[in-house]
Amino acid sequence: MDPAVPAIGSSLPRVDGVAKVTGRARYLDDLDAAGAWHGATVRSKTAFGVLEAIDLDPAFDWSQVVVATAADIPGANVIALIEDDQPALVKIGQRVMHVDEAIALVAAPTRALAFEAAKHITPRVRAMTPVYSLEDALACKQPLYKDTNVFKQFLIRKGHEADAELDAAFARAAQVIEGTYDTSPQEQMYIEPQAMMAEWRDGRCFIVGSMQCPYYVHKAMKALLGCGPDGVVITQSVTGGGFGGKEEYPSMLAAHVAVLAAKAKRAVKIVYDRDEDIAATTKRHPCRTHHRLAVDAAGEILAVDIDVVMDGGAYLTLSPVVLSRGVLHAAGPYRCPVVRVRGRVVATNHPPHGAFRGFGAPQTTFAYERQMQKLAIARGEDPLALRKRLALRSGDTTATGQLLGFSVGTDEVIAAIEGVAGTAPTRDGTGPTGAPVRRGRGVCFYFHGAGFTGSGEQRLAGRATIALTTAGTFEVRSSSTDIGQGSITMFTQIAAGALGVDASLVSVIDPSTANVPDSGPTVASRTCMVVGSLVDQGSRALAGQLQTWAAENGLGGRPLLEIAKARSAHGELTHTVQYEPPPGIEWNDTTYTGSAYPVYGWAACLVDVSVDLDTYEVTIDRCVQAVDVGKAINPSIVKGQIEGGTLQALGWAVLENVVYKDGKVANANMTNCIVPTFADAPDLETILVEVPYPFGPSGAKGVGEIPMDGPAAAVANAVENALGVAFDRLPISPEAIAATKSQWSPS
Amino acid sequence: MKVTLTVNGAMHAVEVSPWKRLLDVLREDLRLTGTKEGCGEGECGACTVMLDGEAVNSCLVAVGQCDARTVTTVEGLARGDVLHAVQKALVACGGAQCGICTPGIAVCAAHVIDRGLVIGRDEPSARAQVRELLAGNICRCTGYQLIVDAVIAAAREVGER
Repeated sequence: MDPAVPAIGSSLPRVDGVAKVTGRARYLDDLDAAGAWHGATVRSKTAFGVLEAIDLDPAFDWSQVVVATAADIPGANVIALIEDDQPALVKIGQRVMHVDEAIALVAAPTRALAFEAAKHITPRVRAMTPVYSLEDALACKQPLYKDTNVFKQFLIRKGHEADAELDAAFARAAQVIEGTYDTSPQEQMYIEPQAMMAEWRDGRCFIVGSMQCPYYVHKAMKALLGCGPDGVVITQSVTGGGFGGKEEYPSMLAAHVAVLAAKAKRAVKIVYDRDEDIAATTKRHPCRTHHRLAVDAAGEILAVDIDVVMDGGAYLTLSPVVLSRGVLHAAGPYRCPVVRVRGRVVATNHPPHGAFRGFGAPQTTFAYERQMQKLAIARGEDPLALRKRLALRSGDTTATGQLLGFSVGTDEVIAAIEGVAGTAPTRDGTGPTGAPVRRGRGVCFYFHGAGFTGSGEQRLAGRATIALTTAGTFEVRSSSTDIGQGSITMFTQIAAGALGVDASLVSVIDPSTANVPDSGPTVASRTCMVVGSLVDQGSRALAGQLQTWAAENGLGGRPLLEIAKARSAHGELTHTVQYEPPPGIEWNDTTYTGSAYPVYGWAACLVDVSVDLDTYEVTIDRCVQAVDVGKAINPSIVKGQIEGGTLQALGWAVLENVVYKDGKVANANMTNCIVPTFADAPDLETILVEVPYPFGPSGAKGVGEIPMDGPAAAVANAVENALGVAFDRLPISPEAIAATKSQWSPS
Repeated sequence: MKVTLTVNGAMHAVEVSPWKRLLDVLREDLRLTGTKEGCGEGECGACTVMLDGEAVNSCLVAVGQCDARTVTTVEGLARGDVLHAVQKALVACGGAQCGICTPGIAVCAAHVIDRGLVIGRDEPSARAQVRELLAGNICRCTGYQLIVDAVIAAAREVGER
């Protein structure tokens, strides 16, 4: 093999690395568009009510600006996603459902003028009594969604058919561990705010922007603009982070710039201010999980009974799918013969909650891993040994009855943690500032389903194309976006490896719906595993086609590059591959049984903390994650993914929070909606474990989300061990620590 | 007001409001879009540039304060095609992911490396020092680990020259 071919498992530097470190990478706000105007959004300011009028200040000079309302939308006034319940702009006479809902739009030659003009537009809303709490939503005195306020509910049953059997299992228990776990909303806090630009040319709308899923935007714009698939072209610009936050919300911005550009008859771009981005866009669903765990005298799990309620916010958006992943992970990676999981996601007058790395699983993982900690304490058993004793392995079945047949890294990840754990820190001590501290160690063990839930991948049937260009080079064409996670480097590596050529001969083209097939969205830890596999297969097939052509044209046995050069003179050659589910993967969407995911990632985490007894701050002194990723195509990129997700989880545990006051985000700026800095982060220890997935490229499976799921529980477990008090609510802030002071175990 | 400033070695004169943010003058008037805006309130550090050799958040600096002063942006770190040691190290170590914070981090890190501020006696103290020095730059992708690796590697390389 040519020595320049990048090996799978080597850390090829990012192909976009130099552009990013020199500032040459062009994000949406960096793009030139001659004569482009700037857009601004007028928001409702009332959490719930009926829009009666939109008042324009008569004293303002409106001649320099363009104003658009729902009346200017050419097609359906909806952000098409799962259901079409969310409008792009609230129409007069319709209900306003949250405080930052878009009512009208302004475009102006400068951003300052657009924002100034927006201040002179006042929505007149007849206010009604809003619904904010889970209890009020479920009581449904004020219906927001149908007559129940329940966007979606699920019921999973294993090992029993009726509730009485579940009750009987609990009645047999030697011990029942029960708890209620509240997790907070979380802001994605990508550093590039949401940004989008549109321009109409010859009756077609060209939209470019910061996004994860060009075809989601495409679907939404076909409905909103009332056009066919060729009437609108969606192109991703270099995207400054997403983490789920640019999964569904970009369709909203796309709608707004498209409408403004049509009315202004020129290119219009909208770049959100940070405060607007935090206030109006989606967050992680706040969630309450009630968890009951029944064990026998030997400590074997007899049954679990779990009830999950999430706050979906004002519109349905992706909530049913988030809840689905939440309930499918709720019983955890443990053997259990009898399982009941109930889940509901409800409507409130908060801005819609949506996708964020982990997608429902971090919420329910926090609950089950706190329960395992309580079980370990109750039994006086070593917490890691307890997990090892109860964990799922090959041959076991999950809560949905899925028989695990391959790629179960349980023993490997637990052994990896045991191997580096060392002695737990002594409990009482002095911190670096001289303040007294209490220290503690916590562990957790968890799993994460890779790829879409249930039959999602089959329904989607994602495609990717590999092309030999007329220049004799190769192109990967897919709608998977690089949002920082390194997909273009990883695709380059997979394609070059499969073709047996130098990485410099492969380019991954910018995703545009005009040029790439629908490979599905960039979500659900699926890009490397699912689309990477298509790239691998397509590259091998294209190489095969080239060899066949060579044999037919007297070039048999020549190096592939020579064949490619000869073939390229006759025009482009492409090969498109469509997803086929692995054999034996069956899912029943009605009974919620079967293979919920084609494969799972497995992870174990160890955290040491210090609690400062003067300031009540929790410091993460050490965090080790061992993650089974199947195969690390590019270990540096995989490590970066795990460490980024880990720190988001540690932040969620101790310092991040989104505070709602009267339905509005009260801390909508980076000064108050804090995320970890360099100084808040510990050195992260990452152990890559590789238990191959037979149907992934070179054995790779999903990695993007799993690191987010577990660490928050490990932190809570560590703080409990330090102070002797259970922490079942996030974040474990200094205020939360202070509130428990009278209950701390004695020194 | 007419403001004269030297940016990346080149002298520029711009006719602007003295209240215009240095960030906007760089991006709009000089078309140096490498400097990014992440928050507009001095929290994220994406807009970090050097002003007379000190790292500042250019979103918090009015251009009226910059007359006759010298600015270095991310575009000014490399010498032609030769990257600054920290730029090379960020690529080699995987310290840039989505890249939007990277210009600010590269500028701030180059500043602390070139001034010889990373002088930790051993690896743990050097890492703690880097974390303190770069605490004004937020990255949401990396968990910081690979950036710290890159800054330490670059500081060593520069120190050995």
